[in-house]
Amino acid sequence: MKKELGIFILLVILCAVTGFKNPLFFSKVNLLNTANLIGLFGIFSIGAGIVIITSGIDLSVGSMIALNGMLSVIALTQWHLPWPLAVLFALAVPMALGLAHGVFITKFKIQPFIVTLCGLLLYRGVARFISNDMTKGFGDANGFQTLQDWANGTVWGVPTPFVYLIIISIVMWLVLHRSVYGRYLFAVGRNEEAARFSGVNTKLVIGSAYVLAGLLTGISGILFAFYTNDVSPSTQGNFYELYGIAAAVLGGCSLRGGEGSILGVLIGTTLLLVLQNLVNLLRIPSSLNFAVMGGVVLIGVLADELIKNARRKK
Amino acid sequence: MPGAPLLEMRGICKRFSGVVALDNVSLSVGHGEVVALCGENGAGKSTLMKILGGVHQPDAGEIIMDGRPVKISGVADAMRLGVAFIHQELNVLGNLDVAGNVFLGREPRNALGLIDSKKIHANAEPFVRRLGLDVSTRTRLDNLSIAQQQMVEIAKALSLNARIIIMDEPTSSLTLAETTRLLDLVCDLSKEGVSVIYISHRLAEIEQCADRVVVLRDGKNAGELGSDEATHDKVVNLMIGREIKSYYVHSEGPKTPGFFKVRNASSTLYPGEKVSFDAARGEILGFAGLVGAGRSEIARAIAGMDRCPVKKIVLDGRTISIATPRDAIEQGIYLVPENRRTEGLIVEMCVRENATLPSLRNFSRLGLISRKREREASERQVVSLRIKTPGVEACVLNLSGGNQQKVVLGKWLMMDPCVMIFDEPTRGIDVGARAEIYRLIRDLAERGAVILVISSDMEEILNISDRIAVMHEGEITGVLDRADCTEQNVMQLAVGKKIPAAQAAYNE
Repeated sequence: MKKELGIFILLVILCAVTGFKNPLFFSKVNLLNTANLIGLFGIFSIGAGIVIITSGIDLSVGSMIALNGMLSVIALTQWHLPWPLAVLFALAVPMALGLAHGVFITKFKIQPFIVTLCGLLLYRGVARFISNDMTKGFGDANGFQTLQDWANGTVWGVPTPFVYLIIISIVMWLVLHRSVYGRYLFAVGRNEEAARFSGVNTKLVIGSAYVLAGLLTGISGILFAFYTNDVSPSTQGNFYELYGIAAAVLGGCSLRGGEGSILGVLIGTTLLLVLQNLVNLLRIPSSLNFAVMGGVVLIGVLADELIKNARRKK
Repeated sequence: MPGAPLLEMRGICKRFSGVVALDNVSLSVGHGEVVALCGENGAGKSTLMKILGGVHQPDAGEIIMDGRPVKISGVADAMRLGVAFIHQELNVLGNLDVAGNVFLGREPRNALGLIDSKKIHANAEPFVRRLGLDVSTRTRLDNLSIAQQQMVEIAKALSLNARIIIMDEPTSSLTLAETTRLLDLVCDLSKEGVSVIYISHRLAEIEQCADRVVVLRDGKNAGELGSDEATHDKVVNLMIGREIKSYYVHSEGPKTPGFFKVRNASSTLYPGEKVSFDAARGEILGFAGLVGAGRSEIARAIAGMDRCPVKKIVLDGRTISIATPRDAIEQGIYLVPENRRTEGLIVEMCVRENATLPSLRNFSRLGLISRKREREASERQVVSLRIKTPGVEACVLNLSGGNQQKVVLGKWLMMDPCVMIFDEPTRGIDVGARAEIYRLIRDLAERGAVILVISSDMEEILNISDRIAVMHEGEITGVLDRADCTEQNVMQLAVGKKIPAAQAAYNE
């Protein structure tokens, strides 16, 4: 909790300032809309965080979301698969791709950056190819209305993606911070060799982190597809890998590995989306959107480093 | 002023945030003198040398060179005064060639301001030859052995007109032959008028090369010994400041011969050679040999760290197969690796997390860890091994070497070891903590474990082992029974000579 406190304070200040300047920030509509986005982005950001904890990186997230969204549309509207089957299919593909990443990284010892960079290019291309580079949509969701309700509806007024994020966070918190597997994730991230000497099957642990990330990205991908309703293969999910990495790093994950927490990733994601919201609400030119985000991530990470140094001196 | 020593450090005091590191320490070094600087870890050796090297500034005291007081306020000052520092971890760039390393930062330039390649090699050549280094100045450093890289550092020091060369544990990763060559070089340098300050834990080397031994203890001068009086016992006594009869324990406890058998193990280093040996339950079997004889690699093979296709291991009459570290651990075969900080521990994690890492499943239910049980178990190890730590939640990085090693031990002791392999168990650990490690190893043997100890420290291996297996280039050249464990015998086997005292490594 100590580690996340700084970034949490930053978040509270940003919310207060935005709300003070524009009371619309605290309106129910705005809060629910932001919560929905936090849900959508948070789920894959947790996956990004887990990969970063193993001292890896996953750059393929955005393209995977596009491919996965496109596959969902095709499976439901062209193949007319029953929706549970379509969902299984749309989750199995990113998990398989995650497994492939894991194999390339652990068996063939290719750097995660390279493997997932190739993924980024490859999956985007495949998504565009299988759709003839055309936007495809769910239309009025004939035959899979239930799925649409589940993916893009509300529970007691709360957007479902946010509900899923909460459930996934609790499960992943247990996995990461309380389970044997979670301890192994941190151990291989810190020192793979020492973990191996202690009998940890490091290849399995690292490889499975990418599969887990694939699963979470897959869930996000389906939710995003229903959120946008139409999937444009060349723009869906663009740069989302960077959102995930930024959220994880803001939340205290170190790219050196072995550091980070679910709570941190959640706060990091929230901060990024509040920033986007702030740009809109405070009438900052939207062209500055990325610049604001970049600036805040830099300040956040810098502040974290300064606090750490100060604490070390004490 | 003729006859004045080259260097005098007088009344040097240094505190670090309130802790006294050096208290009124003096050191003098004559022209061409080899002064050995001894002391336990934390005695102030490296602080004193860092002051001489310009890394730290003293709080009080003066430094006099050639009879004139000097101020060394930075590394550049030290270099200009002719002080060169060869660190234990070498400061060489593996991607540059020999000449590039020797003249790093002082490269001769041509008219265009680019490196004058012809000149740099011509300039480097004489220094390299002077040290008897038989490599081209165009060889990349990462193609050289550690010993050769060290020579390159010494060449660099000489090219800077060094008059005093500080060597910090220079032989810690050298083979015996390379060590001998280095010691010869130290003698040669001193004959040429270059003074050497030699820091080492290995007292035999000091006896061999030093003109004078200066011993520090707790940041103070503990005494000096001339070369004729610097015996092992006297130096050790000054270092620890009390009489120690013997810190090695021998035992005549019950032994079960043939409890652990290894047949046809080969290592990644010598894939063609086969190693077979028997070890008894309750005994400490030492593995001696030159560095690079393949001892660590055999240990790694037995522990499942490296793939080793033809291998038969018999434990208590059962033939077992080991393909991964997990397999070895499940059989109770544990390895305490050579490199504590990169292999033995995850130093950024706390004592508890390190101690329970291999046995984590014993502290969990349905995959979830019980931190309470974890904490209790690691606290028990902290108490029973007397690990000095603020608590089990303390980061291992902040513990001393000896206590770190105890954490490595603790994590295996939680799981009832059957066979424990120690690879260089006391490297970089001070004398006091060594004694404790030896006692723990002996206790483990008495409780019925098979102990294999790999050590390059001759004194250690001679005193701790019940038998010694000596390896040479990937093979066991012979096994010595306790009565035959002499330095002479070990050395002869280590260089590959057959001697009558040597026994076979296994029966059948």
